[in-house]
Amino acid sequence: MSILINKDTKVITQGITGKTGQFHTEKCIEYANGKNCFVAGVNPKKAGEKILDVPIFGTVKEAAAETGATVSVIYVPPAGAAAAIWEAVEADLDLAICITEGIPVRDMLEVRNKMKAKEAAGGKKTLLLGPNCPGLITPDEIKIGIMPGHIHRKGRIGVVSRSGTLTYEAVAQLTEIGLGQSSAVGIGGDPINGLKHIDVMRMFNDDPDTDAVIMIGEIGGPDEAEAAMWCKANMKKPIVGFIAGVTAPAGKRMGHAGALISGGADTADAKLAVMEECGFTVTRNPSEMAKLLKAML
Amino acid sequence: MKIHEYQAKELLRKYGVVTPRGFHCISVDAAVKAAEDLGGKVWVVKAQIHAGGRGKGGGVKLARSLDEVRTNAEAILGMQLVTHQTGPEGQKVRNLLIEEGADIKKEYYVAVLTDRATQKVAVMASSEGGMDIEEVAHSTPEKILKEFVDPLVGLTDAQAETLARGIGVPEASVAFAVDALKKLYTCYMETDASLAEINPLILEGSGTIKALDAKFNFDSNALYRHPEIVDMRDLDEEDADEIEASKFDLAYISLDGNIGCLVNGAGLAMATMDTIKLFGAEPANFLDVGGGATTEKVTEAFKIMLKNPKVKGILVNIFGGIMRCDTIATGVVTAAREVHLSVPLVVRMKGTNEDIGKQILRDSGLPIIAADTMAEAAQKIVDAVK
Repeated sequence: MSILINKDTKVITQGITGKTGQFHTEKCIEYANGKNCFVAGVNPKKAGEKILDVPIFGTVKEAAAETGATVSVIYVPPAGAAAAIWEAVEADLDLAICITEGIPVRDMLEVRNKMKAKEAAGGKKTLLLGPNCPGLITPDEIKIGIMPGHIHRKGRIGVVSRSGTLTYEAVAQLTEIGLGQSSAVGIGGDPINGLKHIDVMRMFNDDPDTDAVIMIGEIGGPDEAEAAMWCKANMKKPIVGFIAGVTAPAGKRMGHAGALISGGADTADAKLAVMEECGFTVTRNPSEMAKLLKAML
Repeated sequence: MKIHEYQAKELLRKYGVVTPRGFHCISVDAAVKAAEDLGGKVWVVKAQIHAGGRGKGGGVKLARSLDEVRTNAEAILGMQLVTHQTGPEGQKVRNLLIEEGADIKKEYYVAVLTDRATQKVAVMASSEGGMDIEEVAHSTPEKILKEFVDPLVGLTDAQAETLARGIGVPEASVAFAVDALKKLYTCYMETDASLAEINPLILEGSGTIKALDAKFNFDSNALYRHPEIVDMRDLDEEDADEIEASKFDLAYISLDGNIGCLVNGAGLAMATMDTIKLFGAEPANFLDVGGGATTEKVTEAFKIMLKNPKVKGILVNIFGGIMRCDTIATGVVTAAREVHLSVPLVVRMKGTNEDIGKQILRDSGLPIIAADTMAEAAQKIVDAVK
């Protein structure tokens, strides 16, 4: 078991014909069971053709109907990315993973509210991961996104983070000390996104094959504190927590669109304090995330 | 991206929000001429810089004669204006706004911004106008009212009325306030702003509602579809090194410490800065070279870091995923040679082709200190600059 995806997941790539989409789809196909997982691409102008031996369809709906795919990964450039997310939602997929960085906030705001309106009207709920995220991986089964596959090992630790390279850092530390991962999930660095820490923590809590979790956050927004409160009441597994940006000045955007301190509650110190209060083992030294977790098992 | 007050008011006027009449000037003579053209007996001379708190710093002055306009303009134009947002060195005043005086009966606060938690647009209003809103939020949070707006519906009359009445706008002026709020909301959405704030929004003796000061921030991801907003960018108000870095697609922010850091990925970059602090030093900058760093990009990154005279050592921390460590190592060696690096350099590389990368660094003959973990790298650079 794992969360969200496994070796039997069938995936559509939106933006497969672009440089980034093609490069990463190739890497994903090469990883574990990827060859059987990546079953379709979408490009209205190239329907009927093939790329990397993957058939291209005109729309997500067609691709899903023809292949039985339930998940899509989106590499569409920023200007069209929110529309691509909406296309995946309208096709009633289970999960859309948006890798694209730099989508206008208003576009995300509109598509998120459209998604909520669809659910409220009784329509099928499509989960969104990202945008501006590395994707997610279930080691030795399937990788969807841009993370380096070779640093992962199959195992029983969950990892969730807003940052790509910091996720890789945690994964590499775990692998190095002999702890494999059940799933590693990048939820992305944008202010308006889909799945949040709390949603992924819920899934790890329910996953019988996850024993413990590393939760990584950063400055800006209320999400980590909200997840910590939920964990305090519900989480049955040990958690190591780290928040990046103790040294970040207020009012400056630290690379990620969402990494901006705007009040008192969204600083790294404030979040670390809430997490500690909620029973997390927090660290201010990101080099010892895995070591701390191992000591708790 | 930020703009000046005079630009913010031009934008508001375009959307039909009433503001005082005024002119943007860059010389003292033009300021006096502007006051003449405006007529009346009272004028306000306002320094235009991107930071807030201008009044307290002496950058906003009332004038009751043309002579006084001249004296005030002379005093303000060219001054180093220090506010709580500029830092101790202040910001040079290069632009003025000369405005007609206003008959202020009451000051309110209104703002529009995106709320992350609800994923809606928040329209905020307060009876405590003219004050630092963060102070109000801290001491009397009950005096800030919020309405959450579904962007698919827009700000409704009912919501705008609730806010206007809630902050105590007199009944006869509620319609004016509702109109101003709705226009501010439309302006926020259509320009892809990330903050639109009117503080204060004033009630005049005549009962009309006017925007006396205004501040906008814009979503940099959406600037590609707003050339008219990009035209308002004032590079003089921004950090020169940050502008230089953005030309090479590097995310760079200057800080106060003495350890330069070059990292790939925003989260890892912050974590690296934090680790430096943990080991007793302070980072000189945030620098994310991104996912596709080339030799050229790494070289430029070194140049930008080294422009800062405070930098006494550099820490490079790269997690090679898609980007391979050997590529980065080549970039680091080339850059170190090109800039004749004279400060200690610690490199920590992890991930794809790590061993080849480390070999390249060793073979370079440069005094590069290698480290295996972030903590070890931080410890080594802190020791090296002692």
